[in-house]
Amino acid sequence: MLERIYKAQLLCDTACKTLGRQINIMEVCGTHTVSIFRNGIRSTLPKKLKLLSGPGCPVCVTDTGYIDTVLQLAGRDDCLIATYGDMIRVPGKGGSLETKQPSDNIRIVLSSEDALQLARDNPQKTVVFVAVGFETTAPATAVAVKEAAAGAVDNFCILSGHKLVVPAMRALLAEKNHNIDAFLCPGHVSVIIGYGAFAGIVERFGRPCVVAGFEPMQIIEGLAEICRQLAEGIAELKSIYTAVVTEQGNTTAQEIIDECFEPADGYWRGLGRIEKSTLKLKDKFSQFDALKRFDITETPGEDVSGCRCGEVLCGLIEPPECELFGESCTPQAPVGPCMVSSEGACAAWFKYGRKRKRA
Amino acid sequence: MKTEKHDKILLAHGGGGQLSDELIRHTIQPKLKNDILAELGDSANLNLTSNSVCFTTDSYVVKPLFFNGGDIGKLAVCGTVNDLAVAGAKPIALSLALIIETGFKFELLEKILDGISRAAKENDVNIVTGDTKTVEAGAVDKIFINTAGIGERLAGVDLGFDKIAVGDKIIISGTIGDHGMTIISQREGLKFQSQLKSDCAGLAKLTCQLLQNNSGVKFMRDPTRGGLAATLNEISRATGLSIEINEAKIPVNPAVQAVADMLGFDVLNIANEGKFAAVVSPESADNCLNICKNNRLGKQAGIIGEIIETCDVPVVEIKTRIGGRRIVQMPYGSQLPRIC
Ligand code: SF4
Repeated sequence: MLERIYKAQLLCDTACKTLGRQINIMEVCGTHTVSIFRNGIRSTLPKKLKLLSGPGCPVCVTDTGYIDTVLQLAGRDDCLIATYGDMIRVPGKGGSLETKQPSDNIRIVLSSEDALQLARDNPQKTVVFVAVGFETTAPATAVAVKEAAAGAVDNFCILSGHKLVVPAMRALLAEKNHNIDAFLCPGHVSVIIGYGAFAGIVERFGRPCVVAGFEPMQIIEGLAEICRQLAEGIAELKSIYTAVVTEQGNTTAQEIIDECFEPADGYWRGLGRIEKSTLKLKDKFSQFDALKRFDITETPGEDVSGCRCGEVLCGLIEPPECELFGESCTPQAPVGPCMVSSEGACAAWFKYGRKRKRA
Repeated sequence: MKTEKHDKILLAHGGGGQLSDELIRHTIQPKLKNDILAELGDSANLNLTSNSVCFTTDSYVVKPLFFNGGDIGKLAVCGTVNDLAVAGAKPIALSLALIIETGFKFELLEKILDGISRAAKENDVNIVTGDTKTVEAGAVDKIFINTAGIGERLAGVDLGFDKIAVGDKIIISGTIGDHGMTIISQREGLKFQSQLKSDCAGLAKLTCQLLQNNSGVKFMRDPTRGGLAATLNEISRATGLSIEINEAKIPVNPAVQAVADMLGFDVLNIANEGKFAAVVSPESADNCLNICKNNRLGKQAGIIGEIIETCDVPVVEIKTRIGGRRIVQMPYGSQLPRIC
């Protein structure tokens, strides 16, 4: 293993020397972010190689307007809210699910299947599943909707906050002053969408895209592969997560997503409106769409004042550069979404990132 | 006698009248038989041989009540035994207070009492006094238990933060995270919960063995809530010294690691109920480790790190498997499972 690490480090060093400037690589996925911190990977890299934490945490990028809609539904006596655990601390304008009182109609679930079961067990209530996540969780939501339709579970519906990774990457690269040299692409999402999905980014923007798994060796070797390309002045699409990721991805899962959802423009916290970047239920499933069922028009929320999550996500600043970081914004009292999830960029920094100061 | 009439707890079972008396004499007392409890006095009379006594208390509200590897009763005994054990004491006697909601099944109460009785026997302690209250359904979550315990400090043993010095080694008595991950996975209904088992166990025999055969032990603590991360940070804070641990040396059960990874938890932050962390002098470390390894509860013990000089602020740092470093922070709040 050590030999592989040295080899990778050498490639990174060479790239830094060849380019003679700082190299910025964005890890798109929050699970990468956490693994990078937990394994102390930054401390093994050359100083000039900077890792940017991208918009890869589905909770981080959930818009305040969405949270406020969830809170509005949570205020109804006839609803039960089924949500993933890390969503409950995400602040909207009107507080978070965790601070909402009374909170007895909010249930934490681990899957869409659990939410559907909750609906079966509580026929007198309408269960609203807070459906967030990237392409990794979208197929499971779709399956639950299809099952609900087939089994006539009429008291089940979803509030879709599903988002798509590739449009967000495009939006970041379209920003004028972005700082991104290359992407370390997410393993889990790529299992579903296939590494071929990133081909457009490589072609159109000339940025290397390398898919890697979450083991520290995968990350280190993924970074090394990117550095090799940068040093050679080329941009290629490559997957080193060969055990599980194919070029086409999981076509069955893609078909299920396509059957239930269609891409729509949508809001990302910190990034604003991004074209065709979210998933909304197709009309034939509109009976399971919470927005339609309760006749709600979602209003895009304003971003929380002082929070620089947008810039953190875009790789323009590091979390400690935000004035609120560690002061009025901590994991106990998060201001922005990046502090909420354990994989959020600010929380990860707060938890693992503070450097030991040496005399 | 009671079982024909009642299979559930009624408010009157805590009212001090006939039903209370029945509950105590026919359900509780037979399970926890010992001479002192048999007297049913208002206070227990104990004859202690030492005047260096440790005294502790803790309340137990675990959900689910029954989990793989234990139950709330076993936990209530072992937890208090362990608090005494890591203070360098031999546990002598425990009190037991039960707060039960009405409607709670006698059958479950008896199972919990069996857990208490077994754990007390295993740890050589008697339940010498107790109390039972019943409250309306919903006023507590099924059953809450409080135990207090007293123990005699072993002769010549003097543990404390002030004994800790640079170069001292840190020993953990076995794998970490087992209890917390078992509870969480059972609570969340995870599919592979059957592969996990709480480490819930009383450690007094092992700690007494260690302290009686080795004079190099300086400090011990059981890393319960907040896990090993919290314990190490407490040590660092209290001593002003820093700590360096080595990830590769920390014993973790692979199933526990897998669940933690899936939920996005850090095993260092997960609760243990049958482990202690000890700070020992460098000369005594190997001997301490051997003593642990020869005990059933310490088979997987390991020397995981050491106390080092502080450069600026005291920190706990971990050397990761790939040769990276990071700071281990004091855990905050409860952890939330994340989605992907
Ligand atoms: S520290 Fe808090 S307020 Fe600042 S960018 Fe991060 S989440 Fe937003």
